[in-house]
Amino acid sequence: MYGYYLDLALRSLRRNKVLTALMVLTIALGIGTSMTTLTVMHVLSGDPIPQKSAQLFRVRMNVFPDDRFRAGDDVPDNLARRDAEALLHDTRGDRQVAMSAGSMAVTPVQGDPQWVQARYTGAGFFPMFDVPLRYGHAWGPDDDANRARVAVISSALNEQLFGGKDSVGQTLKVGDQGLRIVGVLGEWDMNPRFYDLSNGQFGDSEDVFMPLSTAEDMKLSASGNMWCWGNSNDMQAADAPCLWLQYWVQLDTPAKVSAYRQYLGNYIALQQQAGRFHHSGQADLRDVMQWLDFKGVVPSDVRLQMWLALGFLGICLLNTVGLLLAKFLRRSGELGVRRALGASRRAIFLQCLIEAGVVGLVGGVFGLALAGLGMLLVRHQPTDYAAFIHMDLRMLLGTFVLALTSSLLAGLLPAWRAMQVAPAAAIKSN
Amino acid sequence: MHFRHILSALGRHRIAVCLLVLEIAFSCAVVCNALFLIGARLDRMHRLTGVDEAHLVEVGVRSVAPGSPEAIMAQTRTDLAALGTIPDVASVSIINQTLFGDSFSGSGVGLSDAPNAPTITVTQYFGNAQLAGTLGLKLVDGRWFKPDEFVSDEQLEGGGATVPVIITRALAEHFFPGQSAAGKVIYAFGTNRVVGVVDRLVQPKDYGPAESYEYAMLFPVNLSYAQGAYLLRVKDASQRDAVIRTALQALKGDGPLRLVSPKNARTLEAARAKYYRNDRAMAWMLVGVCLLLLIVTAVGIGGLASFWVAQRRRQIGIRRAVGATRSDILRYFQTENFLIATLGIVLGMVLAYGLNLVLMLHYELGRLPGWYFPVGAVTLWIIGQLAVLGPALRASHVPPVVATRSV
Repeated sequence: MYGYYLDLALRSLRRNKVLTALMVLTIALGIGTSMTTLTVMHVLSGDPIPQKSAQLFRVRMNVFPDDRFRAGDDVPDNLARRDAEALLHDTRGDRQVAMSAGSMAVTPVQGDPQWVQARYTGAGFFPMFDVPLRYGHAWGPDDDANRARVAVISSALNEQLFGGKDSVGQTLKVGDQGLRIVGVLGEWDMNPRFYDLSNGQFGDSEDVFMPLSTAEDMKLSASGNMWCWGNSNDMQAADAPCLWLQYWVQLDTPAKVSAYRQYLGNYIALQQQAGRFHHSGQADLRDVMQWLDFKGVVPSDVRLQMWLALGFLGICLLNTVGLLLAKFLRRSGELGVRRALGASRRAIFLQCLIEAGVVGLVGGVFGLALAGLGMLLVRHQPTDYAAFIHMDLRMLLGTFVLALTSSLLAGLLPAWRAMQVAPAAAIKSN
Repeated sequence: MHFRHILSALGRHRIAVCLLVLEIAFSCAVVCNALFLIGARLDRMHRLTGVDEAHLVEVGVRSVAPGSPEAIMAQTRTDLAALGTIPDVASVSIINQTLFGDSFSGSGVGLSDAPNAPTITVTQYFGNAQLAGTLGLKLVDGRWFKPDEFVSDEQLEGGGATVPVIITRALAEHFFPGQSAAGKVIYAFGTNRVVGVVDRLVQPKDYGPAESYEYAMLFPVNLSYAQGAYLLRVKDASQRDAVIRTALQALKGDGPLRLVSPKNARTLEAARAKYYRNDRAMAWMLVGVCLLLLIVTAVGIGGLASFWVAQRRRQIGIRRAVGATRSDILRYFQTENFLIATLGIVLGMVLAYGLNLVLMLHYELGRLPGWYFPVGAVTLWIIGQLAVLGPALRASHVPPVVATRSV
């Protein structure tokens, strides 16, 4: 029976090629634009570290002196060095790290010096964020404590400086000082770069990773948000009134999470008792997805584009409803004959819906092609996320589900009208 | 033409007419708002900076091995002298942050130094005596800095010295509405007396509330090359690239091992284009959607019109047989479309207004100005007439003899 309906649908669609082409075109345009923007949304709002995103927490505190505290202010994103060091010292999480972005001039053995992005961090960084290493290993907690002159470099920098060979043990020349390379990263794509959103939310990883303590020792400059509430000549000094360190903690169980919240409350209470401030202070703990959501990582332009495209799809569907209606009612005569020969209303309804579904599927195929084109356009946009936009299997299947559902929805009204054709009147009018 | 006939004929296709009206209405609503969004982007992209953009280039130099502060300052003086001798260069300075750059340097500024006094974040430009002239700033009140007022970065940031400041007209109006700001005091780095007001200077990149884009301060600070970038004003805009090349050579050939690279040199015009690239991309995307939307709407109108024409061949034939001219038939379909489009447009205006309210809730967007409504209406009328023209012409060519045949 369905085979027969399919055959009828194909015959009918072939009969009026222009109208069919117009319907397929409209659905394809609607599906193409919607899938392009939905894919961008899907990629941008994805979980960058699905295996651990519920165990990694960004720690924030408001421990301003009294003359800077205003009730109702947001909790600042970064910590001052003295607080970060105090939390690190207590080691209450399964793992923890205080870090900052930075930049430095690296001088190769031959050629001109080059400016590279760096991350000043701790030994906990690599296991915490599942950072893969191709050669060597990360540095240990002892190296952090001893301000060891060690570094882990990205595979891109390793390629550039050492031709991709195992460079462990080599020296990285930073200004007139040297860092011993202990490890080389494997492929590590962390997008969005949730661990530090203040230096570009999407993009490649940094090229040089080194202990924060060593960077302090070498007086290397930090980059990213530096927020000071007093005048200070060395903003990175241990007691400087400046917020600039990102603090992350790994907490493996819910019990540990609540214990850590308790601990942060106690820390603030202790600071109060020590006379640092008199206000109540604030502490804030968010896991990766909460953090991304809070920082609004999906650009508002992308949201707007998505709604625009979905609105466009809606208008395309309205259009398809109209065209299908015209198509079915034009065949009133034929449908009347089928009814007179004994076809039930249900049968007519199904036949019409199958025709709509065929249009939807063909529209989906062309829509997929258009979405491919759209993706190409998006990837050529000068946005920092352009390079990461790709369509995965879920979105591919989603395209056909969307195309089929929307065309069937569009077919409902015309099919319902078509099944109500009165056989006698339809045959007589012809 | 008798509207009554058309209306009663349309009454027999109520569902199809409703669909068309809805489609036109939604198109109208989306197109009006999309045009408005495009306009907002264009306005943003054309904001003025207050500096002579066409004649400015910047060249950043980074130190590889930081030497003593004195050595760096000495090298900076040498560099400034060398850059000043390039034939096409009118003046040279150093600026701490570059317009359309990646970074933003600012301070909390208030009218009192009492604890908890309200402050706003204002961006700060540091530079030597040539900076204002190199940027091409216009003084509207007070005076420029005197030569003996220039201090070092440490003296300013230490907060002890009372360094004078020049502020923008917008900031002056914010702090001292209706008064002359010259001679007044603001608190940024300790106590700062306002000595002058410039017409316009903006943030290096958008930061904070929209109105603060035009708030800026200028401090008299002698910077070293490690604290900023060289800013060159060229005499002839066509020589900008040549000046960049010469400047890079001059800097490379002289001094200690430093990072001098074309990557850190650019014209301000290129910087502006890069800064607004997302806005440009978004505007083009909106233009694309508008075009597609109008095409789809035209397809819908044309498709249904040709269905109606095909369905009414006999009636058309009869009308022709009883004396209607071809242009009567043509006008019939055109008027029919005009009526449907008008209904759609009226509904579309209401929807456009509603959509604008929703957008205002979720995005920083103003109210849709009234003149977008007639623009949207005329666009859709034209689209409707164009779409119906083909089917209507076909209808007008139906011969009267059809009336006598049974189909």
